Amino acid sequence: MKLDLAQVRHVAKLARLSLTPEEESKLVTQLSVVLDAVDTLAALDTQDVPPTTFAVTEGGGAVRVDEARDELSVESVLKNAPEKSGDSFTIPQVLDGNG
Amino acid sequence: MGTGDRVTSVLDASLADTAARIAAKEVTSVEVTKACLARIAEIDGKVKAFLRVDAEGALREAAAADASSPRGPLHGVPVALKDNINTAGLETTAGSRILKGFVPLHDATVTARLRAAGAVVLGKTNLDEFAMGSSTENSGYQLTHNPYSLECTPGGSSGGSAAAVASGQVFGALGSDTGGSIRQPASLCNVVGLKPTWGRVSRSGVIAYASSLDQVGPLARTVRDAALLLQAISGKDPHDATSASRAVPSFTEALDGGVKGLRIGLPREYFVEGMEPEVAAAIREAAETLRAAGAVVEDVSLPHTRYAMAAYYLIATGEASSNLARYDGVRFGHRAADAKNLREVYDRSRAEGFGAEVKRRIMLGTFALSAGYHDAYYVKAQRVRTLIARDFEAVFQKVDVVLSAASPACAWKLGEKLEDPLAMYLMDVLTLPTNLAGLPGISVPTAKSSAGLPIGAQLLGRPFDEVTVLRAARALERERSLSDWRPNV
Repeated sequence: MKLDLAQVRHVAKLARLSLTPEEESKLVTQLSVVLDAVDTLAALDTQDVPPTTFAVTEGGGAVRVDEARDELSVESVLKNAPEKSGDSFTIPQVLDGNG
Repeated sequence: MGTGDRVTSVLDASLADTAARIAAKEVTSVEVTKACLARIAEIDGKVKAFLRVDAEGALREAAAADASSPRGPLHGVPVALKDNINTAGLETTAGSRILKGFVPLHDATVTARLRAAGAVVLGKTNLDEFAMGSSTENSGYQLTHNPYSLECTPGGSSGGSAAAVASGQVFGALGSDTGGSIRQPASLCNVVGLKPTWGRVSRSGVIAYASSLDQVGPLARTVRDAALLLQAISGKDPHDATSASRAVPSFTEALDGGVKGLRIGLPREYFVEGMEPEVAAAIREAAETLRAAGAVVEDVSLPHTRYAMAAYYLIATGEASSNLARYDGVRFGHRAADAKNLREVYDRSRAEGFGAEVKRRIMLGTFALSAGYHDAYYVKAQRVRTLIARDFEAVFQKVDVVLSAASPACAWKLGEKLEDPLAMYLMDVLTLPTNLAGLPGISVPTAKSSAGLPIGAQLLGRPFDEVTVLRAARALERERSLSDWRPNV
């Protein structure tokens, strides 16, 4: 299938990516080429075939016991933060006005 | 004997021999590590395999190794890690600008296991950003060159690890393989590269691309060296719930057992359209070589192969779009300056931090998972994945190992396929079905093209049967004798 500019913009919004007009138009072309190629799958009848998430199930789907562990200090967690204040990450104000 | 000869002889030895010589105190870890550092200083300006060399840390570890009794089978041996594998205290970027300056708090489990086996971590190697690519050209930092022809790509995405090992800068390295990223560069650089069974090796501390496909594995100059590295990193890890709990066998014990009576399948669909004739001929010759050594070779069919690439790119990019959502400019990584609100922090940090291919894959994956398209694309791809896994199950009822090329082409010129994503994706067409099926696979050098470029043979096995894959690879290696063919950098 072909993607148009509006679709590319919609997907970029979902993906939290701000794209330049040049990037947008390049992606319209390139994603359409890739989607045309993946459309070959439509020819396969897979109605009775179950989907596979993990092909080798031995490692997949396992869960560990949910127990608290003492692994990272607040100081170490904040070590790679682009901006921090005291014991917190900081971000720009989220709510407007007097809320 | 001059110093230069001494350096060369130290670096010419295999990882296995080097470990043995250090253990026997015939050579020190410091001496070996200094030889690697000298070689890096001499040639890596041309190859550009390393993003970061930790000379100080490596020499400190080497000195500690020399002062202690042998800690394990890799005692004192310098190794390199693809830069999507975390190293505590040493910057780890996954080749992305968005992680510039990121210093991990922990070692990845594979890093810790290599250290526990005695290895010295020499540095971090270049890769396609977040391991997304087939030429290492998508790195946010530098271009890596193929040591056998500097104007060519080393392949990717573990191109830095392959080039570093091939050019004798280090004895072995780890890479990661989501669709061929260990085996394809190994093939292009005349080294051995092994992708273990999904679940064999922990991914804890390895920066995720597509979690149902990613596996970490070794790149080395010999099959035995690869087996030793695999031994050190394999096995259940409490930090990775997807690691398999089954016992890890010895990967070296039966290595020289030969291929007498081994059943080898040659899938006809893997002689793909557009394949270089020399590559196809090399694989048929490899099959004859193994037949002469006692294997039973037959043609087999993996009928859904031509659908694998489409299924792979939908599944891998879908998972990537989710895995890469964590790069939001809040807790770590790049943050855009002067963002007015939180939404702008997200949108602009990601736009500034990610390169073109990563954006393309996030976009494709987000589309494939989006409302209205999820069933037609993502779930459809998962159904096709089932068919591909069934193809392999059927073939492995008849044969023990599948033989093919790892790459349909020899190393191509840098820049050649950069503007054509589809042509680049086609370079993984022979490796990515393995990831969809979760199987182990290896690329082992098998021929030299008329242009003097390496050609690798890929051998695939049943789930958790790395032992047989390694044994077949060793048999081919012994007959082809290409591990002594070194590049002239």
